[in-house]
Amino acid sequence: MKIKLKKWRDRVMAAGLAVVTGLLASIVFPHLAFAADPSGAETLAQNPQAPVDYVWVLVCGFLVFFMQAGFAMVEAGFCRAKNATNLMAKNTIDFVMASLVFMAIGFAFMMGNDYHGLIGTSGWFLHGANYDVGKYLMFFWQLVFAGTAATIVSGAVAERLKFKAYFLYSLAVAAIIYPIYGHWVWGGGWLAKLPFGVGHVDFAGSGVVHTIGGFVGLAGAIVLGSRFGKFAKDGKPKAIPGHSITLAALGTFILWFGWFGFNAGSTFSAHQLRIAVIAVNTNLAAAAGAAVAILLVFMKTKKWDVGMMLNGCLAGLVAVTAPCAWIEAWAAVVIGAIAGALVVLGVYFWESKGVDDPVGAVSVHGLNGVWGLISVGLFADGTYGLGSTTEPFVKGLFYGGGYGQLIAQAIGAAVCVAWAFGLGFIAFKIMDTFFGIRVKPEEELKGLDVQEHGTPAYPNFYTTNQS
Amino acid sequence: MKKIEAVIRVEKLEEITEVLEKLNCCPGMMITHIEGRGRQKGIVEQFRGREYKVNFLPKVKIEIVTKDSDADKIVNAISKAARTGEIGDGKIFVYSIEDVLRIRTGEKGDIAV
Repeated sequence: MKIKLKKWRDRVMAAGLAVVTGLLASIVFPHLAFAADPSGAETLAQNPQAPVDYVWVLVCGFLVFFMQAGFAMVEAGFCRAKNATNLMAKNTIDFVMASLVFMAIGFAFMMGNDYHGLIGTSGWFLHGANYDVGKYLMFFWQLVFAGTAATIVSGAVAERLKFKAYFLYSLAVAAIIYPIYGHWVWGGGWLAKLPFGVGHVDFAGSGVVHTIGGFVGLAGAIVLGSRFGKFAKDGKPKAIPGHSITLAALGTFILWFGWFGFNAGSTFSAHQLRIAVIAVNTNLAAAAGAAVAILLVFMKTKKWDVGMMLNGCLAGLVAVTAPCAWIEAWAAVVIGAIAGALVVLGVYFWESKGVDDPVGAVSVHGLNGVWGLISVGLFADGTYGLGSTTEPFVKGLFYGGGYGQLIAQAIGAAVCVAWAFGLGFIAFKIMDTFFGIRVKPEEELKGLDVQEHGTPAYPNFYTTNQS
Repeated sequence: MKKIEAVIRVEKLEEITEVLEKLNCCPGMMITHIEGRGRQKGIVEQFRGREYKVNFLPKVKIEIVTKDSDADKIVNAISKAARTGEIGDGKIFVYSIEDVLRIRTGEKGDIAV
């Protein structure tokens, strides 16, 4: 038995060594073809109109970066004051880790030279031929998206996950889970080449960013279990009110604002005047989602529930992210309205299954990410192509495009859910086996702020009504 | 001497302070922000589509120490100003006080109140 184990261990070590050697080799001997343009002079000479596109993509990228602040505020507002420091820590560290890891390997896996439609294989450390203004622009854009996917999860696992586990998890998302799935859709991978419709499409990332984040979050919430006090002894779900609707609303407005960059910037060119359509659709879906969510809860409880309205707004934004460039205004309203209903039903559904998602991230990003992907196959109107005003145009079922696009969207959505949930579950399970990902019960009761970080978020205030 | 301890609605504090000022026999008062429950037994609030119970409600506790002869006047004034007729108006307790000492001068009894 011992010998067998040793053999197995040796094999793993040999395999690991091979991977590391391969990585090092590609760094030491970069692709010596110097098509790269580090100064940007050649790019500008070839395309004098490039600056407007560069400025457009960068400004939109800065807006997407600012969504980190939005997530931080929404999550802090929806959780208790005793865990606010911990949420700030997690919302910062995921972008910190994503930046470093995505530069090292994530970007290469995602946008590098395609290997059989499965994975990218070049561009490690933004080195060699990737020292180029165009590549750096693309890297920055993909990085802020990777950061967004990573930060979604912190809401679903809030108030009980160890900081150490979150640190390692954000490595896994930025290095593997996000970039490899991203390669399949945006890096010329197999999902983009599906023989249905124009292949699986996801304009700004309902799937690549939000479904990924949402379902990794679901995996985390399931492995962790529910917070102390979330379910009564008879299993009935109880509300654990967050400490600031004000912060949650501010965060939602920041996200709503950032989303205009997220979606409209995904044209990757200011010369695509479709950006005006995208901005309008983005806004309409947010509004419809918020309206439906608050009305639905009002019908149930006769109270105007602001927390759920904020979730509904974000749900509409998530859903319209995939179809935003390919639909008309009325469709954006319908897609947003359905998203608003889905998020309300989702929140009650997961609670009824015993899953504790403190901020509703799984319903907002997971369920509505899937709905956004599907909606392309229904509402795409055939007036716009793949980030281009030329054929092939994306056309859904309701505009006479047949079932082809819908099938491509359904396949992509199913793969996305399986990939994110599967890898997320494995990652959290492995960490849990090795060091336990959940804080001790007494730490959870006292709050993670003082126990994990030594820093209460509001040291000069005492808080009441804490359970 | 009597100590009057009144538990009242938070929003009634200002009105009661004004009434006592006009009465002109109330030497001083102490205020504590407290949480508590009476027959009302808390209220129901709502967060992201789910209702929950808040068992203790914020109230203000006023404490006044006064001469025996003024106690009734003050109790009546507080009770009149604090009343809305709805559940949650609060309660007033009256205690006997053995002695009072003014620290600055060392005076004791009624004169120190």
